[in-house]
Amino acid sequence: MKPFLYLDNAATTQMDPEVFESMKPYFMEYYGNPSSIYQVAQECRRAIEDARQEVAAVIGARPEEIYFTSGGSESDNWAIQAAAQANRKKGKHIITSKIEHHAVLHTCAYLETQGYEVTYLDVDEYGIVDLAQLRESIRPDTVLISVMAANNEIGSIQPIAEIGKIAREYGVLFHTDAVQAYGHIPLDVEAMQIDLLSASAHKIHGPKGVGMLYIRKGVKLMPLMHGGAQERRKRAGTHNVPGIVGFGAAARRAQAGMQEAMERQSRLRDYVIGRIETEIPFAILNGHRTKRLPNNAHICFRFIEGESMLILLDEAGICASSGSACTSGSLDPSHVLLAIGRPHEIAHGSLRLTLSDAVTKEDLDGAVEALKGIVARLRDMSPLYEDYLKKQQEDAYVQ
Amino acid sequence: MYSEKVMDHFKNPRNMGEIENPQGVGTVGNAKCGDIMRMYLDIDEDGVIREAKFKTFGCGAAIATSSMATELVTGKTVKEALLVTNRAVMEALDGLPPAKVHCSLLAEEAIHAALWDYANRHGIVIEGLKEPVEDIEELE
Repeated sequence: MKPFLYLDNAATTQMDPEVFESMKPYFMEYYGNPSSIYQVAQECRRAIEDARQEVAAVIGARPEEIYFTSGGSESDNWAIQAAAQANRKKGKHIITSKIEHHAVLHTCAYLETQGYEVTYLDVDEYGIVDLAQLRESIRPDTVLISVMAANNEIGSIQPIAEIGKIAREYGVLFHTDAVQAYGHIPLDVEAMQIDLLSASAHKIHGPKGVGMLYIRKGVKLMPLMHGGAQERRKRAGTHNVPGIVGFGAAARRAQAGMQEAMERQSRLRDYVIGRIETEIPFAILNGHRTKRLPNNAHICFRFIEGESMLILLDEAGICASSGSACTSGSLDPSHVLLAIGRPHEIAHGSLRLTLSDAVTKEDLDGAVEALKGIVARLRDMSPLYEDYLKKQQEDAYVQ
Repeated sequence: MYSEKVMDHFKNPRNMGEIENPQGVGTVGNAKCGDIMRMYLDIDEDGVIREAKFKTFGCGAAIATSSMATELVTGKTVKEALLVTNRAVMEALDGLPPAKVHCSLLAEEAIHAALWDYANRHGIVIEGLKEPVEDIEELE
């Protein structure tokens, strides 16, 4: 494979070498089933409990409040379905936002087919939920509020502590999908009054296929997966021991380096956004300028379409992503971009660049140079740009 | 996901650009679904397409089908150009992923729209040519 510049860290991350090392003994040496009685199994059990502590520490939770799952989507599905079911005597109303990940939105849509009612909160032009609307939406039969900690596309950070406060005030459970935020920005389940929180290992340089659901002590949830007695009888299935060990190591790494990574990455983020905004015409920043994930730059380029931009970037050795319809397999562009008010034709021309510690300023300089050429080339091909230029000329002539 | 031919036409599009004072020009698609194709035709007195050019807003497949469509109609008579169907464009590109078949429909429609414009300007009727739909969604 040719060398490439990876700017798609919101999709997944490269595994950290130390994380990989920590996992290795649990494939061939300590391969025991942690539910068994002999010593090799005990070592696996110990390793899982160590990992549980590391994973819990990132969000100020107790280890016994962490339940390992197969990843963020499972955690979201479990949290929402089980919270809805556990409280169905109280009511069948759920509040979420319009910009959630599909793991949340599609679970809510499923519950709608099961007789639940769902309120989808609007977001402002920066992709941040309206707290007043949240307050107004709470009803006596509301059983769950699920709002993501940070958006996976445009990086907007939600006012989680305020949402937690409101949820607690009304006695409604609060779930947050923290898949993009966990290990990237500070989260504290006590201070933010979070009852349920989903996270995933592979977004923090850990392995794919492992995640967790934080369930506040005292919150009763049915298992989603039935079977053995693993995870305090709440999540059956033989433990993914190497994965869980890797999650623990990745959590420790993320926690230790969070402050430094946040400062460094947000500086680089602002640098690349600044260069794009000043050097490429008709570029529109999506999301909030400061209330955004430190590694997220998300921009719409008018008159061009995202997929063609991604293919040409790939040709230049740059991995990025877009919210265009063509990259989602449907005809509609990203629901997040539509929710913040971008018209369809502008939403189609979106580009997401997400950084990691491995990305340097020089890398970003190279990416901006490549991008300038690509955007110019696609605009040259675009009938929308042609029409725009002609209209400019006509207007100038009229004046 | 794309064939080599699609990638080639996307990366090195043939006949990209405008024709000044074209004999026919047609624009189809809509920005809402993310594809707009405009085709320009230069047609001589004998009804032969001397030159075809395009401009496209859209994905890789949209650009590649536009490029291929201009190649396929160049040198053909107006009547022959009507036989350049979406299937012909797709086959010439060694196929398209299922989600991108609509791009080839758009290319066929762009040819028809440009021919329709040509016929209107010259007050002629092209047998078998129907008034093109502007919004490709209506075809699907």
